[in-house]
Amino acid sequence: MAEPAPMWTVLVLPIVLGGLALFAASLNGVLTAVASGRRATLAEWAEPLRASARLLVRQRRTTFRADVVLRRVGIAGIVVAALLASVPTPLGGVAVADLPVGVVWFNAMEILLWALVWLTGWGGNSAFSLVGGYRFLAQALAYELPLMFALTAPPLAADSLRVGAIVQAQQDVWFALWMPLAFLVYLIGIVGVAFWGPLSPPAAADVAGGVTAELSGADRLVFLAGRYLMLAAGAAFAVPLFLGGGQGPLLPAWLWSLLKMAAVLAVLVWLRRFSLVRAERLMSWGWLVLLPVVLLQVLVVGVVVLLRG
Amino acid sequence: MWEVIAFWVLAVLAVASGIAVFRVDSMARATFLLLASFLFVAGEMLVLELHYLGALTVLMMTAEMAIMAVFMIMFMMNPAGLEPMEMVHNKRGALVISVAVFVALTAAALVVPWPERAAPHPSDATHQLGEAIMRDKMLVMMVVGVGLFATMVAATLLATARGRYGEHAAPSRPEPSPHAHAHHHHAGGDR
Amino acid sequence: MNLQVFLVLAAALFAAGLYGALSQQSIVMIMMGLELMINAVLVGAVAFWYYAWPQQADGQFLVLLAMVVMAIEMAMGFAATIAIFRARDVDMTDLAADLKG
Repeated sequence: MAEPAPMWTVLVLPIVLGGLALFAASLNGVLTAVASGRRATLAEWAEPLRASARLLVRQRRTTFRADVVLRRVGIAGIVVAALLASVPTPLGGVAVADLPVGVVWFNAMEILLWALVWLTGWGGNSAFSLVGGYRFLAQALAYELPLMFALTAPPLAADSLRVGAIVQAQQDVWFALWMPLAFLVYLIGIVGVAFWGPLSPPAAADVAGGVTAELSGADRLVFLAGRYLMLAAGAAFAVPLFLGGGQGPLLPAWLWSLLKMAAVLAVLVWLRRFSLVRAERLMSWGWLVLLPVVLLQVLVVGVVVLLRG
Repeated sequence: MWEVIAFWVLAVLAVASGIAVFRVDSMARATFLLLASFLFVAGEMLVLELHYLGALTVLMMTAEMAIMAVFMIMFMMNPAGLEPMEMVHNKRGALVISVAVFVALTAAALVVPWPERAAPHPSDATHQLGEAIMRDKMLVMMVVGVGLFATMVAATLLATARGRYGEHAAPSRPEPSPHAHAHHHHAGGDR
Repeated sequence: MNLQVFLVLAAALFAAGLYGALSQQSIVMIMMGLELMINAVLVGAVAFWYYAWPQQADGQFLVLLAMVVMAIEMAMGFAATIAIFRARDVDMTDLAADLKG
């Protein structure tokens, strides 16, 4: 894991993350098709590509006195944040940069969405898109703290904030097996970060699409891509953190990493079948259930680390 | 070499966005210019190889400014700056004072014989900070924890409409009701 | 690079924040001025740690404390603003200066 990362990893990162995001979008389309009684044909899998092409050629709508600068910062920033968040995520044993504080880095990049999603909602100068931005912040206040504590469990057990060291510490047993609650809370947090599935009220139909309400053309494409990229980045980071990174029999490490990432991502995408959670209910669950649960989990991990000596 | 370039670029950007905070009309822009200033300072920390503090600054400030934006919008009468207006008092006095302070501080920074670095850098700055928190600075951290808890309680009490006496306390504003007039009359008679 | 240039950067940030805190009328904008001044403290703290006293973590620790101060300032500042706004419908310091109530 200590190998210095070659330059080509900088090019591989967007390709792999983009591929995962495209997979998530396709799977979402297929699940929609199946839910409405159609068959999952190859055309359904390719639907996101066609939709992207349509959005690219469509002219952008503008709203009255929109703050275009802030909106563009928000939209493009989500893509950048997702890519930066994945910098310490190793594929096999190689990451773009195995930062000394990789876990904190991921946390910092993921939290940028607080600002970016709100800016996207604000920039449109439209009530519904601003409501979407506010909803995101309200949700973030509920899931962020449990997510942060879930992120501390693996570094605590591995005695390092370096992602490479966390993977190495799972040679005998994956962290997901003996800190399942932290893993679960982490996944819930990622669903919140990407405002996906049950936590998608910021972009829900009852506010005409929320933050996406006024987005059209290339803006819309980049924003939706950024959201899938963030979901993919979160799923990918779960692999070194909880699922032993590239460890596995027979297959090469990078392929194991990729398979595990795709599996976690598929589970996250599948969560779309659950109904929306209201922000105030999420707030109660976040602070009264998730936070105590994850604190207990961290306590257990701490005790195990002490006993192990 | 690249550190020097990074330092100057980040420094200029940090100060420029800091000044711009008070020059834009839109509250949203002001808030996120302030965030930009913090992010550039976080970049300076990374230049000094303080990875943990840099990441922590990004993390804390982004969350803080996002929440701040909500309050900005809530309290400003013209949050988007669509109708420009002056919201300042004693502009010239403030400018004179702050320029004087800048000159004085800069002079002090350049004139004072600062101590030379006496020891090499620790191999892991994050580890050093963690050790300090869990050993020498433990007591400070515990006091800080209590302070934060007190802040949470106090801020919630101040901010909730019903105050500290719960649901049954008198509402801060009289509710419109058919008896409101008679009530008022009665109160007036008491005085 | 040396300690001096970092301190000049801190001085510039501090002065900018001071200008905001002195000149702005809105409570929220005054708080932004204060935050910018604390930003200067962050720069000064890490510079002193790096260039003058790296053998102990005090400089780094000061950054943590400054962040705590900012969090407390934000929470109490906004709570007070909400309380004033509820009672008096004002959010400007000039209007809150009288002794009404």
